[in-house]
Amino acid sequence: MKPAAFDYHAPRTVEEALALLWNYGEDGKILAGGQSLVPTMNFRLTQPTALIDLNGIEGLFFLREDDDELRCGAMTRQREVERSALVKRIVPLLHETMPHIAHAQIRNRGTIGGSLAHADPTAELPALAIALDASMYVRSFTEARWISARDYYVGLFTTSMQPDEMLLEVAFPGLPAGSGWAFEEVARQKGNYAMCGAAAVVDLAEGGSVGNVTLVFLGVGEAPVEAEQAASLLVGEKPTAAAIRAASDAAAKLDIDPVGDIHAGPAFRRHLAGVLAERVLTKACERAAGHERQ
Amino acid sequence: MSTRQFGQPIKRNEDPRLLTGRALFTDDVQLAGMLHVAFLRSDLAHARIRSIDVDGARQSPGVAAVYTADDLGDYWQPGPLLVPPLPVEQIEFYQRTQVPLAKEKVCHAGEAVAMVVAESRYLAEDALDGIFVDYEPLDAVVDLGSALAEDAPLVHDDLGHNINARVTQAKGNWVQAEADADLIIRRRFSYDRGTAAAMENRGIVANWEEKSQHLTIWDTTQAPIAIRNGLAAMLGLSEHQVRVIAPFIGGGFGPKIMMFYPEEVLLAWATMQLGRPLKWIEDREENFYATTQERGQVHDARIALKEDGTVLGVKDVFLHDAGAYAPYGLTVPVSSQCTLLGPYVVPNYHSEFTSVFTNKPIVTPYRGAGRQHGVFVMERLLDIAAKELAIDPIEIRRKNYIQPEQFPYANDIVFQDFTQLIYDSGNYEPALDRALDLVGYEAFVREEQPKRRAAGERVGIGVVSYVEGTGIGPYEGARVTVESSGKISVATGIGTQGQGHYTSFAQVIADQIGVKVSDIHIVTGDTDLFYWGAGTFASRGAVVAGNAMHAAASKVREKILKVAGEKLEAAEEDLELIEGRVQVKGVPQTSISLGQLAVGANPMRGGVKPGTEPGLEATEYFGPERGATASGVHAVILRVDPDTFNLEIEKYVVVHDCGKVINPLILDGQIQGGVAQGIGNAFYEQLHFDENGALLNASLMDYLLPTALDVPNIVSDHVVTPSPLNPLGVKGAGEAGAIPVGALFAQAIDSAFGDIGLEVREIPLSPNRLFELVTEASAREMV
Ligand SMILES: Cc1cc2nc3c(=O)[nH]c(=O)nc-3n(C[C@H](O)[C@H](O)[C@H](O)COP(=O)(O)OP(=O)(O)OC[C@H]3O[C@@H](n4cnc5c(N)ncnc54)[C@H](O)[C@@H]3O)c2cc1C
Repeated sequence: MKPAAFDYHAPRTVEEALALLWNYGEDGKILAGGQSLVPTMNFRLTQPTALIDLNGIEGLFFLREDDDELRCGAMTRQREVERSALVKRIVPLLHETMPHIAHAQIRNRGTIGGSLAHADPTAELPALAIALDASMYVRSFTEARWISARDYYVGLFTTSMQPDEMLLEVAFPGLPAGSGWAFEEVARQKGNYAMCGAAAVVDLAEGGSVGNVTLVFLGVGEAPVEAEQAASLLVGEKPTAAAIRAASDAAAKLDIDPVGDIHAGPAFRRHLAGVLAERVLTKACERAAGHERQ
Repeated sequence: MSTRQFGQPIKRNEDPRLLTGRALFTDDVQLAGMLHVAFLRSDLAHARIRSIDVDGARQSPGVAAVYTADDLGDYWQPGPLLVPPLPVEQIEFYQRTQVPLAKEKVCHAGEAVAMVVAESRYLAEDALDGIFVDYEPLDAVVDLGSALAEDAPLVHDDLGHNINARVTQAKGNWVQAEADADLIIRRRFSYDRGTAAAMENRGIVANWEEKSQHLTIWDTTQAPIAIRNGLAAMLGLSEHQVRVIAPFIGGGFGPKIMMFYPEEVLLAWATMQLGRPLKWIEDREENFYATTQERGQVHDARIALKEDGTVLGVKDVFLHDAGAYAPYGLTVPVSSQCTLLGPYVVPNYHSEFTSVFTNKPIVTPYRGAGRQHGVFVMERLLDIAAKELAIDPIEIRRKNYIQPEQFPYANDIVFQDFTQLIYDSGNYEPALDRALDLVGYEAFVREEQPKRRAAGERVGIGVVSYVEGTGIGPYEGARVTVESSGKISVATGIGTQGQGHYTSFAQVIADQIGVKVSDIHIVTGDTDLFYWGAGTFASRGAVVAGNAMHAAASKVREKILKVAGEKLEAAEEDLELIEGRVQVKGVPQTSISLGQLAVGANPMRGGVKPGTEPGLEATEYFGPERGATASGVHAVILRVDPDTFNLEIEKYVVVHDCGKVINPLILDGQIQGGVAQGIGNAFYEQLHFDENGALLNASLMDYLLPTALDVPNIVSDHVVTPSPLNPLGVKGAGEAGAIPVGALFAQAIDSAFGDIGLEVREIPLSPNRLFELVTEASAREMV
């Protein structure tokens, strides 16, 4: 479990890093918190020619508010996001979800950008990015572009970034007043990757029926899975227990097609998706209703 | 008299060193000129080796040597059979033991095929990429049941079948029991594989010094003396030329016993070839393949009972998964066979097992060593019988317990130590009553459970009993010396892997010699400091080495009294040993320190009387006629989340009887650690092999060990039934925590889902498996 030899670069600026990435192409790997990359290197599943370490680029570590959006630099540590009052105020769902990611020791090193770019199908942040309609700011040595989270995730450990592209920043729109949200997951042990997780964001329309709803699962597909049929069942309905249950059943039956692994077979994942959908939809609707009353 | 140390909850002498990182572990050994070793291991579980090309590796930077089986010449030999077959009449036994490097074929994933020696571990691993093995993949034997099929692939071609052994043991007459029974329960139970996952993986440093013609080996072994003797013989050296040091070890649990692992055998040889010290530290991935594992068995069991719950007999036929080789004989299945009988009167017993070879890593004892399976089968049979007969599960146990006046109790079969299975002593009901009390059985069953169940909760209770054969022979020894400083030095042959030996042994000695525990310096596991012994296994350290300590310390005490009596001109019976001095009882002014006596006992001038031995020192050995039987009861209240099927342990109680307790703090530590491993075994840990024998979860990311959050605080208490088989009256306690947890979880989970008739017949469980079992049971209930 020792990595193969590699060159190591510690650029001080984004431009330097992008130039290195341009040069190395597929053979270069960005090192962020190292919490996913280093284990795969130790197993020699990845053998990059060079590591381009972003830890020395100050400009990638930030959290700020901009036009009701939360802007988060790619190198911001997961632990910092977890503890930030700003995050709690603008994107409380993100705040609430952070403790589910790994263990505190890992969040101390692990970064927001690293987790988003790694695109693990059981990671929390990619699912959240979709639920919150986040956008990724991505640059290569020659180009820059924003990609919506829905277009960013394309498959198993795969994003729509090119090998010479780097994630610099992510923008999370603030949750509007009157919306409700919730995240829950089921892991075999605290701190482990979840067998299944669900995030929901709900707006209630005038009169208390459901206006908008986004329900996103992790752990039931090759990438985060948005439960569109469930959402369409719920829109326009009063968020009663029966309506939520019907939507949750639809989510589990129609919106996902999970494969099994050693921890959870397809049937159990489906079951968990139904349970979690019901829990997060209920909580999100309650929260949305609570806001209305204020 | 100073206060007795035996029985005191003294903090461990060794902990300050261990906790502050100042204790020597094998990987801490750094020698000038040391080279590092990596192994090329097979990715395939079963394949013929057509050819191996190591040229690329030989040319890789920093490589000193590359070896394959062909390079070993006559040194290439299958490893020794460590435990011979059981001396019983009905036995078939086919010996196949592991080889240093695979030659014609690989028999399990992770089997070593080539060895690279290089300037660093990094370079050694780089060089592995330059070795090309041309394999012809073969079908693998993975599933236990199919190992015996007509058309099964053969793990060892020359054998013509996959049988490692067949053994039948019986007492009484099962056929008669079956005929007399009011009820027969018949079930199939299975218990799958896990791994010990010690915190420290294995490691070896081997150093051949050409000029002194001496080989020193630091080895994470539980049995350094056996390793020295074996390696000396294999290498053609005198035992005096080989020193094996088992330094501090981060957990043994069985797999670190005298295995003569390929790495042990190869590093010792290669340092002599190269004349340079060599180090190999097993990494976590290797540990999942190259260190032995345990626990694959499938039992077809029957129990015959009278209507009132009296057990008439048990018949059990089981398959045991030996893995690819079986160097440790039949210890594990024989322990299953014997421990099944538990604390109960089972007048008629028929047990037969077939141990089969599979293309999976080797199976040898791991904490519990087969006892788990036996306890699981018996306890489950009793639970199911109680339900059928509408008897309280507690009462059926109480009714069948061996009574205190029946000891010693003979079971008429042969135990893993080759003696008759005779329980020396025991008293089971007080432990049961205490456990029921501590867990709050009555209140839970009558009030809490119905109330919480009505509120939609899934809460269950479990109470199980077990016995544990401990403290088996053959023998251990100890040497106790009073140094001229007045401090005591002690050596023994067994190794230590975290059991607190430096403290509990010191307590035994302190009482004899009248010194503080902290003034006793103990060395374990260095073959140059103690020549004879067997090792640390089978919960035997405290019993066998502990009593040797006691014997040697008593001898030294006699010597001290004799010389002190002469010096102080007092009768020996008028003397007492207090705080490092000998004094005339009640007259502290007339006293002499142990240091002065030690100096006097080693005169530099003048004559001594014939027959006088120098120094205040004694070496003594202790060998019990057979093992001491410990016992206990575990009780649990647990909650199953009806949606996620995760478990929460609300209360966990252990009432244990290991005879006299040397140090209750250390004992509780042993129990806690054992229960933690038991919980892992019952609900988290499982090695998943695919149909080709590939291990799907060879990392701690996917092989789930219980964490501090999963292991509850354990309420423990003790019942003391001293063993008559040794002067200290002690029994072993090392495995007790781990043994009954599977049975306990099964019973408690059944209890939580009693209304749908859930019947758990397998371990380990998981949320996924519970979901499946509950879904099936609910569907059955609806029909
Ligand atoms: C024991 C353990 C448990 C864990 N549990 C969880 C969990 O429950 N949930 C969870 O979500 N994660 C979990 N993780 C993963 C953890 O959150 C990682 O921190 C995260 O996946 C990767 O972030 P990182 O900063 O460490 O990235 P790295 O490991 O440094 O990089 C990961 C990948 O992303 C690429 N990358 C990194 N930054 C960028 C960038 N700015 N632009 C483009 N590519 C980039 C790297 O090249 C690499 O391929 C766990 C990790 C461990 C070790």
